[in-house]
Amino acid sequence: MATENKTAKLTDLEQFRLDNGLALKEEPQLTTLNLGPTHPATHGIFQNILQMDGEKIVDAVPTIGYIHRAFEKIAERRPFYQITPLTDRMNYCSSPINNMGYHMTVEKLLGITVPKRAQYIRVIMMELARISDHLICNSILGVDSGAFTGFLYVMQEREHIYDIYEEVCGARLTTNMGRIGGMERDLSPKALHLIDEFLKRFPKVWAEFEKMLTRNRIFIDRTTDVGAISAERALSYGFTGPNLRATGVDYDVRVMNPYSSYEDFEFEIPVGSKGDTYDRFLVRNEEVWQSLKIIEQAYKNLPEGSYHADAPHYYLPPKQEVYRNMEALIYHFKIVMGEIDAPVGEVYHSVEGGNGELGFYLISDGGRTPYRLHFRRPCFIYYQAYTEMIKGGQLADAILTLSSLNVIAGELDA
Amino acid sequence: MELTNENVLGKIISQFGEENIWDAYTPDGIMTITTNRETIHELIKYLRDDKELQISFLTTMCGIHYPGKGDKEMCMMYQKHSLRHNYRIRIKVFMPASDPVMPTVTDLYATANWMEREAFDFYGFIFTGHPNLTRILNIEEMEYHPMLKQYPLEDQTREDKINTYFGR
Repeated sequence: MATENKTAKLTDLEQFRLDNGLALKEEPQLTTLNLGPTHPATHGIFQNILQMDGEKIVDAVPTIGYIHRAFEKIAERRPFYQITPLTDRMNYCSSPINNMGYHMTVEKLLGITVPKRAQYIRVIMMELARISDHLICNSILGVDSGAFTGFLYVMQEREHIYDIYEEVCGARLTTNMGRIGGMERDLSPKALHLIDEFLKRFPKVWAEFEKMLTRNRIFIDRTTDVGAISAERALSYGFTGPNLRATGVDYDVRVMNPYSSYEDFEFEIPVGSKGDTYDRFLVRNEEVWQSLKIIEQAYKNLPEGSYHADAPHYYLPPKQEVYRNMEALIYHFKIVMGEIDAPVGEVYHSVEGGNGELGFYLISDGGRTPYRLHFRRPCFIYYQAYTEMIKGGQLADAILTLSSLNVIAGELDA
Repeated sequence: MELTNENVLGKIISQFGEENIWDAYTPDGIMTITTNRETIHELIKYLRDDKELQISFLTTMCGIHYPGKGDKEMCMMYQKHSLRHNYRIRIKVFMPASDPVMPTVTDLYATANWMEREAFDFYGFIFTGHPNLTRILNIEEMEYHPMLKQYPLEDQTREDKINTYFGR
């Protein structure tokens, strides 16, 4: 009798399962989904093996190292100048910051003081790089949530930033900009003109881009509470940069340990409150405005003077001097052949990179190459939090979280 | 309390004793101290939890190899930062290459997970208690730890490269 009652309550599906000899209650079945290594939505080579319960992510196992190029090992064999191109290829969205961070580290080791004008030019270039980095990150976030227009619109501005790079150093993406001791050349009238044009044109573009997304209902719904992380967890995970500031911690290397005359400029450090994707978007947006403010100040107050330090042992002499002057010829030869020995020392220098504290730990044993050069790469350090951030969320949200973290494969794998 | 190299060193030594903390020097404004494997975990925990110091941010850690230095051949460097006081400190632990074993700090810092995996991958450090000590950037099949100084930049055992293509 009891059995009959129970059978009467069965649904069609349960009856079907009973008839076919299946267990009445379904065991939760997980799907394994391979996201990456090459996937159009990951913007770089990352693999994540996801365990999915329907649309929900239960677990993720990241695999990294697909573009590992052993920069730390290569750096142990190269003279100091030849390491700058390696740093380009770390965070290739903002390579001038990497170049100058590395140059400043070597200057710290050598005890070179860089003149004010060179420092200001560096600040202009680094802030342009920060704008181009944040611009990519935020516009890609728009693409991943379904708004393609803004991306193409601001991408044009990145081209203009690259035009400035081109005028200053000759290259666009992997810039190899500057020298140990300053810049390789002064800002040309054309470069100044391009910066001026950029400062006039860009605020309108960025305001329009912001208008498209910041108060956009769809965008807010897609990004609020997605990939959130608390300030305590973020600090434990070693977050720095915009991703840490989005959680509400106002740590910025530019303010805490000013380098390259950042103490001369007035700017604010935007912070978020929840540490979710929307907060990271807003923090980066505001940082672009602050960067613009810094560039404006540096451009207006650009000091007169030399664009490089007086350090003939390390700074390449001008080419026309090399042909006429014996000392210049000797220095040129020694620098190019990498025959200059650096002093014994151990330095750590960090700059505020596009994604956080980009640190260089350099040990010199007095030879022509570093004994050990360790890069503190912010992407490598915070990407390990990704698993924790996407657990329990949807697959589509995981993609947005990845874009908003701005993980750059080159920096991740070095 | 304003943190200076002197008073931080004084506090650490009074906590752990001179036999466990030695060789304090300041190469670039950041105080560098040396400790042993038995103390490192407690020291990192102490720096994090002490109310006066609050040196609670693990900035980075990396391995260094000094071939032919005997008991000081392998070095593990930890760099910590007090965001509260803007004070940085560097801690080094030396050990022989035959026994590069030290305790993990993954229970204190989530970020130590990949940093320690990187140190294992490139230098062969063994972190006891690490949840998943596997290679991270190199391939699993690799049989050596490539950042050790005895390995030249290019793998000399490779036979698939034809010298004439590379101008040799």
